[in-house]
Amino acid sequence: MRLNYILKTSMTALWANKTRSTLTILGIVIGVAAIILVTGLGQGAQNLILDQIHGLGGQTIIIEPGRQPQGPSDFSEAFTDSLREKEYQAITKKSNIPGIKQATPLVVLSATAIYNNETKRSQIVGASETLFNIFDIELADGNVITNEDIKQMAFTTVIGDKVREKLFGQSDALGQKIKIKNRTFKVVGIVNPMGNVASLDIDNLIVVPYTTAQHYLSGTNYYNMIMVQAESEDIVPQVNEDIKRTLREMHNITDSAKDDFHLVTQADAIQMVSMITNILNVLLGSIAAISLVVGGVGIMNIMLVSVTERTREIGLRKALGASNANILTQFLLEAILLTSIGGLFGVAFGAGGSFLTSIILSKTVAAGWSFTFPVQSAILGLTVSALIGLIFGLYPARQAAQKSPIEALRYE
Amino acid sequence: MPLIQVKNLIKIYQDDGIKTQALSGVSFNIDQGEFVGVMGASGSGKSTLLHVLGFLDKPTSGKYYFANKEMGDYSEDEINFLRNQEIGFIFQAFNLLARTTVLENVKLPLLYSSIKKSLWDAMAKQAINQVGLEHRLNHESSQLSGGEKQRVAIARALISNPKVIFADEPTGNLDSKSGTQIMEILKTLNQNGQTIILITHNDDAAKYAKRIIRLKDGKIESDKRR
Repeated sequence: MRLNYILKTSMTALWANKTRSTLTILGIVIGVAAIILVTGLGQGAQNLILDQIHGLGGQTIIIEPGRQPQGPSDFSEAFTDSLREKEYQAITKKSNIPGIKQATPLVVLSATAIYNNETKRSQIVGASETLFNIFDIELADGNVITNEDIKQMAFTTVIGDKVREKLFGQSDALGQKIKIKNRTFKVVGIVNPMGNVASLDIDNLIVVPYTTAQHYLSGTNYYNMIMVQAESEDIVPQVNEDIKRTLREMHNITDSAKDDFHLVTQADAIQMVSMITNILNVLLGSIAAISLVVGGVGIMNIMLVSVTERTREIGLRKALGASNANILTQFLLEAILLTSIGGLFGVAFGAGGSFLTSIILSKTVAAGWSFTFPVQSAILGLTVSALIGLIFGLYPARQAAQKSPIEALRYE
Repeated sequence: MPLIQVKNLIKIYQDDGIKTQALSGVSFNIDQGEFVGVMGASGSGKSTLLHVLGFLDKPTSGKYYFANKEMGDYSEDEINFLRNQEIGFIFQAFNLLARTTVLENVKLPLLYSSIKKSLWDAMAKQAINQVGLEHRLNHESSQLSGGEKQRVAIARALISNPKVIFADEPTGNLDSKSGTQIMEILKTLNQNGQTIILITHNDDAAKYAKRIIRLKDGKIESDKRR
């Protein structure tokens, strides 16, 4: 029994019924394409998010007010005022937490910046020079926010490239005065265009001293977060523990469930994102699996029809010496070939679809979106489609193999 | 020893509880090199006899010795081998594969043999030469006339150089001219030593046989040599 001959026979048989074959494998094509598309997009989304998280750097720890969010009801925790100057001072004290290299509080608000007749709604971030260090923000011109600015609550600002472009166009921005909430800020620095870093749109950012932001812009006495950079990535867990201990001591917290703060590290964030995408993959994968099973039933149906139609051929082959196993192999291979072709088309359509989607997404909402061909799911899709041919082709193939040659030859 | 020896073959079909006796005790011997015509009206049991002799069906009782071995002593694999190598079939309806060339059709039995693939083409071409179709090698079976189709079927039966060829009404679907051609080919094969068992109710075709076994109601009515 020659495998390539049988394959050729199967190809001829499938080609002879082009329309039927095509319609039959449609279920498989859609199922596999769905797997590829979903995992491709999932991978793209995950890469995008991970890229942004990586911008944070492995040494960075973010301290946010409120306990670790367990669900949507904990959203309001983000507005608690548990992080203030006192906490910031405690955290940055070397005797409390030796492993910290630098830190900055962040005050975040949204406001409109005005220059002459141009306005720009933007995210205002009150921070110190550390922000620029942690995010590796490079300046095209001018200086960063200095510690002196912070002490004096100076009205100085460093603006992102898009803010500069919107407000100043071609003219020189450095040294100009812009208005934010009726306060006049002097532009002391301009950031190089750099896109998103850790989900922060740097180009649209307006950075001011955090003291100024608190006092004159937000009118609050707490921080939205404190950003800490450890000496090295290795000691991040230790620094984490030190921060927790320090803050709990300050706030007299004995039960960690009653924490009024929580920490976010790159490792945490990656784990969280991975978990979410994994859940999504399993969920969407199950839907695709159902469509594949439905496709498999279609394959079985059409293979049964094919076996009946080719009863005489089966009789002839047996009369010419084909064993039951030969006939079984032939029809099984035909089913596997059919579903594998479906799988191939599915991978092609799925990959094409996610490629197109990635182009559209990168042109519209998510500039950092990149297309990745999901090799693993492509292999999985092909394997599963071949397996479906095997499983759902077995029954029709057995029917074919067990036909008696004379009954088969007599069949009209 | 005869090539084929049958003793008191009985075949009873049971369909929905209704018994039909297709063969009611048939015995004869066929030697190597014979050209036997099996004749009889429809329902006389000649097709059943062919199926049993061709290892496509098993008798209800009786003995069938092929090449000195009783049918029941052949294993499943050996029966497949017999059908593949020792027996050639020619059918009334030709039974060629559609959308397949003459060459590929003739090669079909080799697919189930252990013969080396490098020999296939040469073997097939030789068999096709024997039936005079070398100019049709790469034509699809649907492009051939009825007579040509049957010649392809003969070539397919010949390819494994079988001990016996069973021809079941080979001229039944052909005009008389093509029918004569086919019978002439079978005659030549027999003259070269090929054992042929021809099932027919056509007197013109039966003339080519050197021995006629007539069946009636599942029994041998006469067995005459010329």
